[in-house]
Amino acid sequence: MNWKTFWALFARDAHVARRNFVPLLLQTFLQPMMFVFIFGRVMVSSGYMPVTYKSLLLPGIMAISMIFTGVWAVAMPLIGEFQFTHEIEDRLLAPIENSWLAIEKVLFGAAQAVIAGLAVIPAAWLLLRPGVELNLLSPLTFAGITILVALLSASGGLALGCSIGQNQIGLMFSMVLTPMIFFGCTYYPWSALANFPILQKVVLVNPLVYASEGLRGTLVPQFPHLPVLAVFVALVIFDSFFLLLGLRQFRKKAVT
Amino acid sequence: MTAGIRTQDLRKVFTTPPPLGAAGGFGPRRKKKDQPAREVVALDGLSLDVQGSEIFGLLGPNGAGKSTTVGILTTRVRPTNGQAWIGDYDVWAQQVDVKRLIGVVAQRPNLDFTLTAREILIFHGAYFGIDSRTRSARAAELLDRFKLTDRADQLARGFSGGMMQRLSIARAMMHDPQVLFLDEPSAGLDPQTRLLLWEIIREYNRSGKTILLTTHNMEEADALCQRLAIIDHGRNIALGTPAELKASVPGGYLLRVRFGSNSPDLIERLKTLTGVREVRAQTFDDGDSGADIYADRGGSLVSEIASLAATSSVELSDVKISEPSLENLFLHHTGRSLRD
Repeated sequence: MNWKTFWALFARDAHVARRNFVPLLLQTFLQPMMFVFIFGRVMVSSGYMPVTYKSLLLPGIMAISMIFTGVWAVAMPLIGEFQFTHEIEDRLLAPIENSWLAIEKVLFGAAQAVIAGLAVIPAAWLLLRPGVELNLLSPLTFAGITILVALLSASGGLALGCSIGQNQIGLMFSMVLTPMIFFGCTYYPWSALANFPILQKVVLVNPLVYASEGLRGTLVPQFPHLPVLAVFVALVIFDSFFLLLGLRQFRKKAVT
Repeated sequence: MTAGIRTQDLRKVFTTPPPLGAAGGFGPRRKKKDQPAREVVALDGLSLDVQGSEIFGLLGPNGAGKSTTVGILTTRVRPTNGQAWIGDYDVWAQQVDVKRLIGVVAQRPNLDFTLTAREILIFHGAYFGIDSRTRSARAAELLDRFKLTDRADQLARGFSGGMMQRLSIARAMMHDPQVLFLDEPSAGLDPQTRLLLWEIIREYNRSGKTILLTTHNMEEADALCQRLAIIDHGRNIALGTPAELKASVPGGYLLRVRFGSNSPDLIERLKTLTGVREVRAQTFDDGDSGADIYADRGGSLVSEIASLAATSSVELSDVKISEPSLENLFLHHTGRSLRD
């Protein structure tokens, strides 16, 4: 394994991300912050939502921001570079196995997702306060869940980015990401689906459920949530599945 | 001893669209009944042996299999059959070792558009583990050599085609590879830049490096390459130095004549003219007949051909004379012009 090359590839991605910092920031935060403001501030202060909803909402918003950031950071460049600009060709000729380039992409996307997730907490807290009650009982468990969620988003981005065509980007958002978010227990806990028993079972195939429930279980454990251990297992399974699928698709794309 | 390039019976059948560099309409679309109709045979048993520190050219029309060959040799295309080696390394089995030895200029620009010209070179150097001081110095040197210094700190996105091409070549040389692949390097360059490029390629070769370039430009192949393989339909149809290849055309000169009506008798009589080595009857798309006359003299034959035609009551409508060239060789082997 050629670490020099690996970190040079990582440095290149970091350099490009730094150059696009402002658009990246807007893209990551604008939507979740508006959501936080309307649901956590407007609806609560006007009495349509209870104050406790603020704390319930925060982990879900964090999960959405992380998933969006990771998928976007990995999938969008791959779609463009493989199909349109061919920019990736130079890096495919770097002295390292092609799969390591894909792993570098995943690692970089995951790092971006972690940053986005951790930045959402203070931003949302500032917008929502007072009334947000975070109970971080085990920072280590929280860190573990955060990393697994970040890897989920980035390896999901790898699988998507190497599987869909340029003209399907719109579909990716409307058919994959949007339903994932709405049925991902982001704006409500999984237990809230108790009145819809079939739906409650079906949403378990949605990896975002484990992301939001895991973050809920570690940030605001006073609310009902799936057992953290189950979340861990599910996230590890989803991460490995998307990573293996993504690597396979990447290798196919890298060579004709 | 610098690394050479070797391929043995390379065959590539595309079932998906071929790589972009190779786009341009493949000549043969061999369809067998038991195969899906979209299969395209890009390479059909190509064997090459390029010596270390040689400038070797692959000459052929669009779709001959040049880019596919480069793709296979640079790990980007998986051969259907056959093997390829760079130096002692098997290209498919030892990809990382091969990637360390090669520099590649693709046919279409594939620069990192979010980086500046200088950053493109510096990051490329970093991928190859070159330390930061050396790569900055080398980047500056190459930018200067390729006359890009005044645009060095601008994003490559805004560059003209010729500038992108120069930057691509500079990037391929950045890590000082043993073997340099250039796929149609002078396409889209103005004549002045083309000469600069030729000079840079020759200079790079003098430092002991192997260079494989593809071209459909005969002047370039003739001027630059020490040896050439002429390929068509994925096969090697001729191999040698430009001089050897040109000498292998019967006579050397080619006179393409065209007349209104078909006259087998005239064709036979043309063969009896002094200096004529070979006559091939031609039928053109518009129904006109003609002949390709290979001979060891050019202009002086025209009056004799004209008087022969007159005595056969055939009207001569056109005569084209070409001096000994690789174009004539290609025509002699394939019956088609490289420019077709």
